Amino acid sequence: MSDSLYRELILEEYKHPKNKGTLEKPTCTCKKSNPVCGDEMTITLIVNDGIVTDIKFSCVGCAISQAAASLFTEHIKGKKVEEIENMDEKTILELLGIELNPMRMKCAVLVLRAVAGALEVK
Amino acid sequence: MNIKEDFPILKDGLVYLDNAATTQKPRMVIDAVKGFYEEDYATIHRGLYPLSVTATRHYEAAREKVAELIGVPSNNLIFTSGTTEAINLVAHGLVLKKGDEILLTPHEHHSNIVPWQEAAKKVGAKVIWCKLNGDLTLDVDDIKKKLTKKTRVLAITHVSNVLGTINPLEEIIPHAKEHDTFVLVDGAQAVPHMRVHARRLGCDAYAFSSHKMYGPTGIGALFLKDLSLVPLCTGGDMIDDVTQEGSVFAENEPRRFEAGTPNITGAIGFAAAIDYIEKIGYDVIHAHEEQLLRKTWKALEEQPRVHLLGPAPETHRRAGLITFTIEGAPPHDVAEILGRQNVCIRAGKHCAHPLHQYLKLDEGTNRVSFAFYNSEEDVNTLLGALQKVQEVFK
Repeated sequence: MSDSLYRELILEEYKHPKNKGTLEKPTCTCKKSNPVCGDEMTITLIVNDGIVTDIKFSCVGCAISQAAASLFTEHIKGKKVEEIENMDEKTILELLGIELNPMRMKCAVLVLRAVAGALEVK
Repeated sequence: MNIKEDFPILKDGLVYLDNAATTQKPRMVIDAVKGFYEEDYATIHRGLYPLSVTATRHYEAAREKVAELIGVPSNNLIFTSGTTEAINLVAHGLVLKKGDEILLTPHEHHSNIVPWQEAAKKVGAKVIWCKLNGDLTLDVDDIKKKLTKKTRVLAITHVSNVLGTINPLEEIIPHAKEHDTFVLVDGAQAVPHMRVHARRLGCDAYAFSSHKMYGPTGIGALFLKDLSLVPLCTGGDMIDDVTQEGSVFAENEPRRFEAGTPNITGAIGFAAAIDYIEKIGYDVIHAHEEQLLRKTWKALEEQPRVHLLGPAPETHRRAGLITFTIEGAPPHDVAEILGRQNVCIRAGKHCAHPLHQYLKLDEGTNRVSFAFYNSEEDVNTLLGALQKVQEVFK
């Protein structure tokens, strides 16, 4: 059996996610859901001077969506909004370091859609 | 019983356990569809040439076969695209009034919820929900209490697609009829597994799908006692006359609800699937599925991280499906890991969000559903694969 999808990194991020929770005073927030599996992701973030200074996600969902959210929120923290605007599915896949079928891709990009919604860029 | 040989797709060791979603097709059905296209295909009801007469005869024979299967007159058997369209046909065809109540159960699939919500919204009717008992079976006393003269419709599933429980319709329907309530039964999960006699049940409408019982997709059936409902879809073949001023619809005939060229080939395949089921026999099907159910239930029950949903097979009549969660392993990941081992199960909320909300299972659940082509070996493969899941999510 190929366990590559569930390599250590993914499981570690799933079990001990970074940036999980809700910010008390966010400047932007957005909730997106994945109709295929019903996962729901809420992003709260703070933009200060064009930079995402803090971000948290709250989500009930599968290991892939949780791991992607943990890695992506960590990746964009401290980056400029315009830089984040240019990120897409590829960024997520690079962070996860795995290949995904189209169904699981929807799980992985849920965080991207929620962040985009919060920043109102996409 | 080497049934798997009848199913071309199962030949390479595929362990297919998502039969409540849709079933695989036996050679007999595939051949019937192919043969019809190659030899007898033409339009029906209109052509005057011999080929059309033959096609019409096959289509109407299919109607008779489907009607006979559930013990209803063929004149009250409407072909639809499936259970969903059948329920929409009834929900919108009944023409509800403001103040009407529609009683639903938390066991319903979205297909027996959304059409009622939409029909109710249009006129200001009200959707009412019954309760469940602690073991997740229907609270029949609550249903009785909520059936009043205001209850225009009771829409209820025969077998829950999440819990597998066979609902006690024999007990419930007479109470609904005391209040003159229209009773629609969603039989999508029942007819594939057990002998159903829709007329004896006393319901007004009974809907089911071909693709869940070894037949083609895109075809299903609706038994409808009263054919005076307003047609959901209008057009050719459902009229008696059309002028520039207006149209006269066919009356007291199933074609009133079958506008346009129907799924003729689908009906032929549906009939072949019924022939196949009858050849095997419901007794054999039920006994075999029951055996798989009990074996799997018992094995999963012994695993400390597995939580099974609904009543045990010993305590409640149920069809061959099991829904469960595994502590620490999200359902989508479970299904993915099993899929990589050639084992197909369903993960998610199974088009039953209200039931999952009721159960507070936000992550969804895993569902294993059997067909009679599944074997004990399939169960062993499943159990082995589930072991691997638990190793990945230690």
